[in-house]
Amino acid sequence: MATEERHNPFATAQPAGDGTTLDQQERERLRAQPLWRVRLKLLAGTLWNNWKLFTENKIGLIGLAIILFYAGLALAHPLLMGRVWDPLIYDPVIGFDPLAAPHPAPPSAQHWLGTDPLGRDVLSQLMFSTASEFILGMVAALITVTIGTSIGALAAYFGGWIDTFFMRLADLVITLPAIVLLIVLGGLFTLDLPLLALVIGILSGFGATTVIIKSQALTIKVRTYVEAAWVAGGSHWHIILRHIIPNLLPLTFLYMMFTVTDAIFAEAILSYFGLLNIRMSWGLMIHTTQSAGYLLNFQTWWLIVPPGLSITLLCAAFYLVGRALDEVVNPRLRKR
Amino acid sequence: MTSSEALVRVEGLRKLFPLNAGFLRAPTSFIHAVDGLDFAIAPGESLGLVGESGSGKTTTGKLLVRLLDITAGHVFMQFDGQVLDVARLQRSDSKTFRRKVQMIFQDPYESLNPRRTIFDTIAEPLQVQNIGNVLDQQERVAELLNLVGLSPPSTYLFRFPHELSGGQRQRVAIARALVINPAFVIADEPTSMLDVSIRTSIMQLMQNLGTQLGVTYLYITHDLAVARYMSTRLAVMYLGKIVEMGATEEVLQRPQHPYTKALLSAVPVPDPRWTRTPVEIKGGISKPIDPVPRCRFYDRCPLAAKVCEDNDHPPLEDKGSEHYVACYRV
Amino acid sequence: MSETILRVENLTMHYTTRAGIVSAVDDVSFTLDEGESLGLVGESGCGKTSVANSLLKLLADNAVIKGGQIRFKGTDFVPLSEEEMRPYRWRNISMVFQAAMNSLNPVYRVGDQIIEALETHLGLYSHAQARQRVTELFTMVGLDPALMDQYPHEYSGGMRQRAVIAMALSCNPDLVIADEPTTALDVIVQDALLRQLKTLQEMIGMSMIYISHDIAVIAEVSDRIGVMYAGKLVELASADEIFHHPVHPYTVALMSAFPSVTGPKRELQTLAGEPPNLLYPPSGCRFHPRCPFATEICRQQEPEFKDHGGGHYAACWHPQEVTV
Ligand SMILES: Nc1ncnc2c1ncn2[C@@H]1O[C@H](COP(=O)(O)OP(=O)(O)OP(=O)(O)O)[C@@H](O)[C@H]1O
Ligand SMILES: Nc1ncnc2c1ncn2[C@@H]1O[C@H](COP(=O)(O)OP(=O)(O)OP(=O)(O)O)[C@@H](O)[C@H]1O
Ligand code: SF4
Ligand code: SF4
Ligand SMILES: [Mg+2]
Ligand SMILES: [Mg+2]
Repeated sequence: MATEERHNPFATAQPAGDGTTLDQQERERLRAQPLWRVRLKLLAGTLWNNWKLFTENKIGLIGLAIILFYAGLALAHPLLMGRVWDPLIYDPVIGFDPLAAPHPAPPSAQHWLGTDPLGRDVLSQLMFSTASEFILGMVAALITVTIGTSIGALAAYFGGWIDTFFMRLADLVITLPAIVLLIVLGGLFTLDLPLLALVIGILSGFGATTVIIKSQALTIKVRTYVEAAWVAGGSHWHIILRHIIPNLLPLTFLYMMFTVTDAIFAEAILSYFGLLNIRMSWGLMIHTTQSAGYLLNFQTWWLIVPPGLSITLLCAAFYLVGRALDEVVNPRLRKR
Repeated sequence: MTSSEALVRVEGLRKLFPLNAGFLRAPTSFIHAVDGLDFAIAPGESLGLVGESGSGKTTTGKLLVRLLDITAGHVFMQFDGQVLDVARLQRSDSKTFRRKVQMIFQDPYESLNPRRTIFDTIAEPLQVQNIGNVLDQQERVAELLNLVGLSPPSTYLFRFPHELSGGQRQRVAIARALVINPAFVIADEPTSMLDVSIRTSIMQLMQNLGTQLGVTYLYITHDLAVARYMSTRLAVMYLGKIVEMGATEEVLQRPQHPYTKALLSAVPVPDPRWTRTPVEIKGGISKPIDPVPRCRFYDRCPLAAKVCEDNDHPPLEDKGSEHYVACYRV
Repeated sequence: MSETILRVENLTMHYTTRAGIVSAVDDVSFTLDEGESLGLVGESGCGKTSVANSLLKLLADNAVIKGGQIRFKGTDFVPLSEEEMRPYRWRNISMVFQAAMNSLNPVYRVGDQIIEALETHLGLYSHAQARQRVTELFTMVGLDPALMDQYPHEYSGGMRQRAVIAMALSCNPDLVIADEPTTALDVIVQDALLRQLKTLQEMIGMSMIYISHDIAVIAEVSDRIGVMYAGKLVELASADEIFHHPVHPYTVALMSAFPSVTGPKRELQTLAGEPPNLLYPPSGCRFHPRCPFATEICRQQEPEFKDHGGGHYAACWHPQEVTV
């Protein structure tokens, strides 16, 4: 072939790469911005982008609105108690309104959601309980993902007996019917809120969440960038902390949302059976209604609808937010 | 070349992958991915490793950076008078090893962590080996970005990989490999995923940097034309064995092994007026699973004879002017 | 001269995406004669696959043909409905899709998959006849007919690729569109396949559109070559003209960026920059940001795709006069 004699119009089109030295201007540009500030900006940028994606999904926004509504209720309760509501009448546990008798009294101007069979304000009970539901959900979720992420990442990365052990354990935990187990535990010990959060967190942390996170971690472990990090001289811990876990975080976050749903639901069931040592909760409100014999009485709807609806709504809301997040972190699910 | 001046010397390097191994079950057979390699690379030279898919090129590269454990054989590397046996690396030596040997991977879309910025990616060797403070690292990374043609550096430093094109990503990968001034870089098909017009600029970049910074390359590729431009010497692999090795031009102009000849005649020529002589061997990729003791190329060789079947795989012999060939019939 | 079977005029196709409109095929025109093979080259993302898919109207659901005509033996495909298109597909025009070797269904025997294609599209075969036909096809593409009753995973990459080609040839189409059929294969297998394709084409007298980013492969199989850049056909001429008298600066660049194994070793030339993002194509000539000859007019006005003599079409304000 004789291509080399061709008139060459591209002789000047050289790639850049003039030398190793940085000019003064560039150097100053680097110094002008400390690294931590750049990282903060990048983080904000990423969050903002994800938020924009999230808002494109109406379902997620509805879920978020419900969550914010309940958060508002929880925050408003102590304010109302201190300033507007008389604690003697409105206290969610020991309050009593002699003027509204007979109890349960239907909704009125004083008691927007009526009173319960013991003469306590339903709205106050509902608002007071909200905070515990949130705390319970969040704590359980945090425990779950901490366990799930660390075990999942370790099992996937090291394999061998660590993997075998935790996966067999997960199989065992998954086959246990969690609710039944909780009921048994509740019968044997006095379960209070922190303990319940811990048990739910551990059960779902060592169970399904670990398995899912591990399978994701396995796909990350074999990526070329992990090999590149190893060649660069990175230790096992460097690879796990800087490459594997950051790539697991979106999934982790997603499973947090689903655990919240599970925890709220479990609380409702345990309280309903009166197995939870708690001052007031949505489940306990239904329990009280039931033990006073009003459970299937449609005339006293205000006893059952507010807590029942709240449980359903809040569980659904976290689930919806989780689904919407799923679309943000899994681009292939995204609509065009 | 005498062995004392070689930067890398490989002796009898082997890697077997077990097949059908299970929990508590011994493997029934092995893939002989790399089966007894001997070669040396002098400082400043670049050795091209070519061969069809599955011939063990990537495995060789990974053995040399210790991404895989060596089944048998030795890999000696010599840096500043200190000789390391890579197969039996001491903890104290592994620091030197990681500073001096780096690798560039094939797929720039896979080799950069999507959640880490360009700065974090390139500075990774510096960070994990605790070289310099943050400001030094930033300046070094910026220098490297300049060097690989991503300038001004401040505009690239804090981007994420998805904000770069394929060619730009491969430049970042090259910068990462060069950031700690390595002496030996293994490049595993660094241009095969890139477009032709981008490919040339990456090839030129690697060549320029090689001479400028005194880097020795092992350049892995399946493309003979690319190997021609990137390497001074060429080794042709077939099913885990080197079948021919010599100066690049010598091997390409006067190929002697039947496999190399077939490979060369199969390369399409970008000229419609050119008619090639037909390839004489059958297509199809074989896998080196428990190979029978005869010439590895026997099944497909047009020159195969009894001597090739009766003896084990032929040894790599010097056929004059450091042109090594492993064949009974040349 | 033989008859023109395909005439594409001013074909324009867009993808609508979240970020905006991707003009993947913009005002592309070419013709194809009976028995001729046309090569389409260009860098990744320049719209080669999009052109091929538009010809058969096998488009992603966010794709819209904005204008132009696709006349196959006189019938314009553009206004046809899905229903009306169906008889043309496979029988008249068949396609080997990009990465097709992974498109065989892993749970069916390879032979059965071809038989099924025969039955759906021709419908007049008895089972024995169909097997006979598959045997013929396998022999044609250089596969052992005994492999017919094996599953895809028992085939090597090269064998799978041949099976896909056999499937594309099964209904004796007038035109085969092959989208990067050998890209994943190594040179020895590629060589065998290219030879087979060429022999077949001469034997059956079919036309072919061959798509690849590798100009060397294109040089081997094509009578005429079209060069695409950023959704546009920038040059179209006989293979010999393209390789020895390229007119468009992009073609010139593509030719000199290619390393060769034979002949003297020459300096490789690089083309600075990257292909444009088709979401925001450059104004005027789409090549102007990278073109060393660009002038004011290139930045403002699109050059016309016109004949530079002897059926050598190119779209450039400053055509080059290069002889190789
Ligand atoms: N981790 C592994 N486990 C088992 N077998 C492997 C492994 N890695 C590679 N092999 C096998 O070893 C052989 C050599 O593979 P290698 O990846 O080194 O080939 P290569 O020359 O780089 O090919 P390519 O050009 O396709 O990249 C192949 O038969 C492959 O299937
Ligand atoms: N379904 C789609 N939606 C949006 N954009 C698309 C879609 N399919 C392709 N594109 C875009 O259209 C352009 C042309 O793509 P096309 O697949 O035709 O290129 P190509 O030349 O075949 O490239 P390659 O050599 O990589 O196969 C690209 O920029 C691509 O990103
Ligand atoms: S030794 Fe025999 S079979 Fe092997 S390559 Fe040489 S001639 Fe062919
Ligand atoms: S029209 Fe202008 S910019 Fe476009 S290729 Fe021709 S000379 Fe270059
Ligand atoms: Mg490889
Ligand atoms: Mg394509």
